[in-house]
Amino acid sequence: MTLAGHWIYWAIVALMMVGLYVLIARENLVKKIMGLNLFQVSVILFYVAVAKVRGGTAPILVEGAGDVVYSNPLPHVLMLTAIVVGVSLTAVGLGLAVRIRAAYGSVEEDELDRLDEADP
Amino acid sequence: MSEHLPVLQVVIPLLCAPLALLVRREAAVRTLAFAAAAASFAISVALLVSVLADGPISYPLGGWYPPLGIEYRVDTLSAFVLCVVSGVAAVLLPLGPGRGGHGLPSGRLHWFYAALLLAQAGLLGVTITGDLFNVFVFLEISSLASYVLVGLGSDRRALRAAFTYLVMGTIGGTFVLIGIGFAYQMTGTLNLDDLAQRLPEVRHKSTMLAAFAFLSVGVSLKLAVFPLHQWLPNAYAYAPPVVSAFLAATATKVAYYLLARLVFTVFGVAYVFGELGLGWLLFPLSLAAIFAGALAAIRQTDVKKLLAYSSVSQIGYLTLGLSFASLSGLTGGLVHLFNHALTKGGLFLAVACVVARSGSSRLDDWRGIGRRMPWTMAAFVAGGLGLIGVPGTAGFVSKWYLVQAALEAGRAELALGILASSLLAVVYVWRVVETAYFRDPGGPETRAEAPLSLLGPTWVLIGASLYFGVFTEWSAGVASKAAAMLLGVGP
Amino acid sequence: MSADAAVLLALVLPAVGALGLSLVGRWPNLRETVTLLAGLATFGTVAGLVPEVAGGARPGFRATEVLPGLELEFELEPLGLLYALVASGLWIPTSVYSIGYMRGHGESNQTRFFACFALSISAALGVAFAANLFTLFLFYELLTFSTYPLVTHRGTPEALAGGRVYLGVLLTTSVGLLLLALVWTAQLAGTLSFTQGGILAGHADPLTGGLLLGLFAFGIGKAALMPFHRWLPAAMVAPAPVSALLHAVAVVKAGVFSLLKVILYVFGLDFLREGQISLWLMYAASATILIASLVALRQDNLKRRLAYSTVAQLAYIVLGGALATAGGVLGGGMHIATHALGKITLFFCAGAIDVALHKTRVSELDGVGRRMPFTLAAFALASFSIIGLPPFGGAWSKWYLLLGAAEGHQLVFLGVLTLSSLLSAGYLLPVVGRAFFAAPSEPGGGLREAPALCVAPLGFTALGCLALFFLAPALYALLEPLVRN
Repeated sequence: MTLAGHWIYWAIVALMMVGLYVLIARENLVKKIMGLNLFQVSVILFYVAVAKVRGGTAPILVEGAGDVVYSNPLPHVLMLTAIVVGVSLTAVGLGLAVRIRAAYGSVEEDELDRLDEADP
Repeated sequence: MSEHLPVLQVVIPLLCAPLALLVRREAAVRTLAFAAAAASFAISVALLVSVLADGPISYPLGGWYPPLGIEYRVDTLSAFVLCVVSGVAAVLLPLGPGRGGHGLPSGRLHWFYAALLLAQAGLLGVTITGDLFNVFVFLEISSLASYVLVGLGSDRRALRAAFTYLVMGTIGGTFVLIGIGFAYQMTGTLNLDDLAQRLPEVRHKSTMLAAFAFLSVGVSLKLAVFPLHQWLPNAYAYAPPVVSAFLAATATKVAYYLLARLVFTVFGVAYVFGELGLGWLLFPLSLAAIFAGALAAIRQTDVKKLLAYSSVSQIGYLTLGLSFASLSGLTGGLVHLFNHALTKGGLFLAVACVVARSGSSRLDDWRGIGRRMPWTMAAFVAGGLGLIGVPGTAGFVSKWYLVQAALEAGRAELALGILASSLLAVVYVWRVVETAYFRDPGGPETRAEAPLSLLGPTWVLIGASLYFGVFTEWSAGVASKAAAMLLGVGP
Repeated sequence: MSADAAVLLALVLPAVGALGLSLVGRWPNLRETVTLLAGLATFGTVAGLVPEVAGGARPGFRATEVLPGLELEFELEPLGLLYALVASGLWIPTSVYSIGYMRGHGESNQTRFFACFALSISAALGVAFAANLFTLFLFYELLTFSTYPLVTHRGTPEALAGGRVYLGVLLTTSVGLLLLALVWTAQLAGTLSFTQGGILAGHADPLTGGLLLGLFAFGIGKAALMPFHRWLPAAMVAPAPVSALLHAVAVVKAGVFSLLKVILYVFGLDFLREGQISLWLMYAASATILIASLVALRQDNLKRRLAYSTVAQLAYIVLGGALATAGGVLGGGMHIATHALGKITLFFCAGAIDVALHKTRVSELDGVGRRMPFTLAAFALASFSIIGLPPFGGAWSKWYLLLGAAEGHQLVFLGVLTLSSLLSAGYLLPVVGRAFFAAPSEPGGGLREAPALCVAPLGFTALGCLALFFLAPALYALLEPLVRN
């Protein structure tokens, strides 16, 4: 299996770090969820990159076509599920953010901390 | 029919969850939830009996045989954990979120049941599946449902706790996913047994190390291993008490099961403890969890938070048992999984009883509650004694194995540490007992016991924790068989 | 009824009594009737076992095996029988006394009090009947927890603080040291069953043995060996009946009894003697005897003085066991009974004085003997027994202890025992002297005894001290199999 060069992994790692950075450094809950999404997407790209074979085609058996080089279909299929999981997480996360906004009137973490301290 | 039991175990709660949303009427949903949980409990007991008699069961999902298809695999260990999860669920599910203590408008309770059923289905799925990616999917199903459940707490802080839980849980889940990716990249398989056979060939590659690191850290986040436990205290403290009981009794336990599976079945003792020397990391972390958790519990002024920190401490015992990598250590860890599920579940339910009556879990509001709610507090005391590990309670059985493991390993300092931490448990349990029985409430003392619908399940769990302190054939007996299996010294 | 069933019955009767009296807690008279009935039935059952055990039978039963090698099992042997007789027998006069005391004092939460009292008797009998270390440990802890509500009964800040010390010391020692000793013993010997001649011989070298003995001696905190004696004075915040039965009899004797059991059936006298394992324990016990006696001399609070006296007297029993000679063990065993009767009387008297005159200090007792002659006479009799004067029971146990010291060629402990007798005279007799011979500090006041329900039991136990002197041959015959080779 030939890999599509190593640069893609560096790109994925960079994307992942950006995601984590946003997640940790931003006070805004919605931005945190964006960070989380970046983080997850980088993993999805990682799977796809692992499965990709240079010059490979879709893994469809064609009668009489002989041996064709095709990309590994399994990781792609797995990522369909992972994307569903990611979407659900985003939905729940945003739902919580909406509820927090309704309860506190803010989605800024430092503001929330202040409100919680003021109300023991 | 009976050969399909493994899959029914998961499918029943999974299908009942959307069904609950269609039914909507509370009484009917409650019955449905109970029926689903009871059915899966009955199935898991049947599976355990069958596994003990005839050995492991392999069930090819949809008729696709492993390693290509997804395999459901039931052995002593997974059947044991299935029983714990579905048993606790069968006791807790019919309760609903309990009176008070939740922010749900009445008439919307079917959402609660649906989430709880989903969480149960996810946890059972993680336990029963023999496919690594399937583990991830079920783990996320249960986690998603748990975030929702935590967010239902009546205090608005519950929302923030749920959010933090979501963020940490997702990081954990994604780490698991990365780990799976590395493992797959190296071996080309996702089946756990297959993986275990192929890993030794590639064990020296650094990708292998990365796979193990991501998997174990990800699972540890879900398990709340010190210092990855930050999400746990708030989540347990602000969730509706019944949810806290459910999560404390099942979610972390399944994560522990997963960790044990990965370490012992997939990667192998020789690799994890021999080459990587995980013991050197896990011993101090476990001890730190035990002490930091207990010390934090001592300082709490809210009973639920106190119990939550106590959970951090008790999870330390679990991982400590694992880090011995010996028969008695692992037995101790696994039996503690069982015992602590009962004890902590019962304790959170006792809190639910008090919250249902007085609406508060603040320690200050518990003055004199021992006289107002004698049965509830008797349950709390019995559960508290279990946390301490007094002989005659289930907690003692776990401690006995752990201390024995420490002495066998020639590490008397660990034995002393375990015993010393029991004394810290005395301190935090006794703060509650003293307040409940011997502090003057300064008001009228009318007897107001919790409704039987809450008190009954509380005593079922606490009673079980006392029963399994004396009759241990089905707790320690099965746990030691499971430990022997994991270590490859038994069937 | 078979003897095995009787053992079970004696164990559950007090617990059933606790349940029954909680159910009828609303009617005090009925509640107290239940208490007394449970007491009589329990004592009757235990006493009924005497002929069997004296005849060499060892009735008992195995309830279940908790873990492999960890059985919940009961077996009655002579020492256990003696302890069970003392605990259940003295429960009856204490119940009578409690009724008078609790009503005289107008205490609240009396139902909880009586229920916990009955439970702790159940736990004490469990300790007495235990056939192995695990069962003993289980009931030992149960005894701690069931007596805690009694210590903190009044719920005042002092009571709560006392309760914390009580629970803290007892649990720290038992969980931190005793449990460790248990696991270690199980690993060395492969069993925890009490066996005549011991289970450790051949499995442990003398150094390990000495270390283990240390874990046991200090781990059994109820034996109040210094420096783990603090809980005993702290527990004196409890109502007088609790101090009397529990902290002069059931709890503290559970401690020394357990230690004697360990010495006899886990280590074995031969193993101890040959390895010179217990020499340090003799010195530790002697130090406790002398220091506690000196401290008792300086206490003004009567109950605290008695508490320190108890610490010293318990160490006699520990010393007897540590000597590992026939005389030492017999003397120690007898001292369980003789000291129990003596000390319970003294605590009863202290409580009676508190109820009748609200005096708790020795310095306030001038001339009290004229107002409470019966009580103070009983106090005097019991003091003589504790000091070891004939014709009181205490004389015999001291005699055998002295014999045991001579037998083991440990002459220095002869001196310790003699000196401590003088010291005990020094802290007990001044109380009697002041009460009868000093001029009353406050004028007036005729006869003013405590309620009859208080005075009758203390008179009864005081006479018991006298009776024990003549019962000594029977005691000797009962305990002699312990040291027979």
